[in-house]
Amino acid sequence: MSISVLKPGLLTTVQDAGRHGYQHLGVPVSGAMDFFSHRIANILADNKADEATLEITLRGPRLRFERDALIALCGADLAPTIDGIIAPEGKAVRVRAGSVLDFGDSVAGCRAYLSIHGGFDVPVVMGSRSTYDTARIGGLDGRALRRGDVLAVGSAKSAAYPGLSRALAASKRSFVAPKWAVNQHTEKLGRSLQIVRILAGRHWDAFAPAAREALITHEFRVAPDSNRMGCRLEGPGLVEGGADVVAGGAGEILSEAVTFGTIQIPPSGKPIVLMADRQTLGGYPKIAEAASVDLHLLAQLRPGDRVRFELVSLAQAQALWLKREQEIITIREAVEKHLTE
Amino acid sequence: MLPAPRFVPMGDQALIAEFGDSVDAALSARIAALAQRLRESRPIGVRDIVPAYTTLALHYDPAAFGAGASPYETLIATFESWLKTQTAAPLPPGRQIEIPVCYGGAFGEDLEALAQSHNLSVEDVIAIHSGATYYVHMLGFVPGFAYLGGLDARLATPRLATPRPHVPAGSVGIGGAQTGVYPLDTPGGWQIIGRTPLQLFKPDAMPPSLLDAGDAVRFVPIGAQEFAARSKAAA
Repeated sequence: MSISVLKPGLLTTVQDAGRHGYQHLGVPVSGAMDFFSHRIANILADNKADEATLEITLRGPRLRFERDALIALCGADLAPTIDGIIAPEGKAVRVRAGSVLDFGDSVAGCRAYLSIHGGFDVPVVMGSRSTYDTARIGGLDGRALRRGDVLAVGSAKSAAYPGLSRALAASKRSFVAPKWAVNQHTEKLGRSLQIVRILAGRHWDAFAPAAREALITHEFRVAPDSNRMGCRLEGPGLVEGGADVVAGGAGEILSEAVTFGTIQIPPSGKPIVLMADRQTLGGYPKIAEAASVDLHLLAQLRPGDRVRFELVSLAQAQALWLKREQEIITIREAVEKHLTE
Repeated sequence: MLPAPRFVPMGDQALIAEFGDSVDAALSARIAALAQRLRESRPIGVRDIVPAYTTLALHYDPAAFGAGASPYETLIATFESWLKTQTAAPLPPGRQIEIPVCYGGAFGEDLEALAQSHNLSVEDVIAIHSGATYYVHMLGFVPGFAYLGGLDARLATPRLATPRPHVPAGSVGIGGAQTGVYPLDTPGGWQIIGRTPLQLFKPDAMPPSLLDAGDAVRFVPIGAQEFAARSKAAA
């Protein structure tokens, strides 16, 4: 089974839950930016949690399925169609061999995730299939998809949704989908103004009160040079009287580990939220970290979209995360009940 | 012996243990050794253990610590009691790694200008650079890149005014008070003085990086012929 890439889209990469365990050797974690949508897509396609999906950015690819396949699309609404018919999101979808998945302009959000039953069969590098193109590792030859690529798909391990297979055989349509869907809150994912909860960072106290205040009261705009490494924000500068204190004037600190969601303040004063492909160490003051439960909201912001930060405690952030984990388990159990239908 | 660390959260899935506040080869060597041992003990719920100059970061999965307890507090308590078992154990001797370098010529296009800027001969620069022992404080920036301490102050040289868009993997450079080896083809602003035929980062090898924090490194001058032979052997 394979998928032919007729058009690559703006930036389409194979991603999974990330390359953990090698950060001490300078290897970034990478992985899906919106890991919730990635996980739900895998659940819908009856995949194990460690399978990879395709992360599709803003302008999607054109893909042809060479065999019948079970897929799911989650995350941003990038106007997906299959053979010209609007393709459903948040659903298991059975597609016919030869049909073509295409995308239009982004309706809501920045990143969509395509899962396929059996997973994308690319080599596991250091425990992960995630693409990290700076070091040319993971994914398809360590890079984003190109026109003419052929993506191998792992062999099907289950006969999930037998009813869908029968319905496809009995129909002339290019795809079939069930009536039920996972509510993935696309309307919230796609907002152009997001409230993202943050925790005070290691250097929070070293910033002047005005800089701290600015971080949690102002709206910031996502800069066009944001990418998988970092979400760069434009807004009031936060340096004055702030980073200088941390740095003894140089605006830099002793390099040390950073994480997904670390908000660094470089000498320009413009915050950078570190994302999936961040380097493992950083040398700029860390004013805050985004709560993990809200990272997917940042991942879905498009250039020009806005974000406001709201301070929470560590205990709150961890409780929110554990609650979300529970919600995902609930979703998985609900989907599993449909697998035999 | 390491001082007792100060703990600070880094978001809701990582914490930092801080053992000091200034760069010191002995301190980072101890932190590196501790990191290696902790990694070998495979602590539950910990995904990544990342040493730096004065700190050790633990990246963890908050869902791995059971209901009720604070994952952050639980991990700190576990780590602190583990630390107590470690203080008595002697440090393992650090690894000594030799990195062959073909200095100058096409492999080190900035070597002559760098020597001139310090009123040294090219031979002097090679002798000073290859005469020192360097310590790997930590890895980062790109996979396999080692932050080396120990550059002779006579060789400290500002970075290029304009970084090069392409520096080949294996290039050995000097940037400010630091020296190091580019593990990958990347853009770079360091003054390039030579190149090693060794691959510092091999994604399919285990471990994938030639260097690890805590290693001692020496650069060994080699000629162009040996470079060619060793490149062939490494490929």
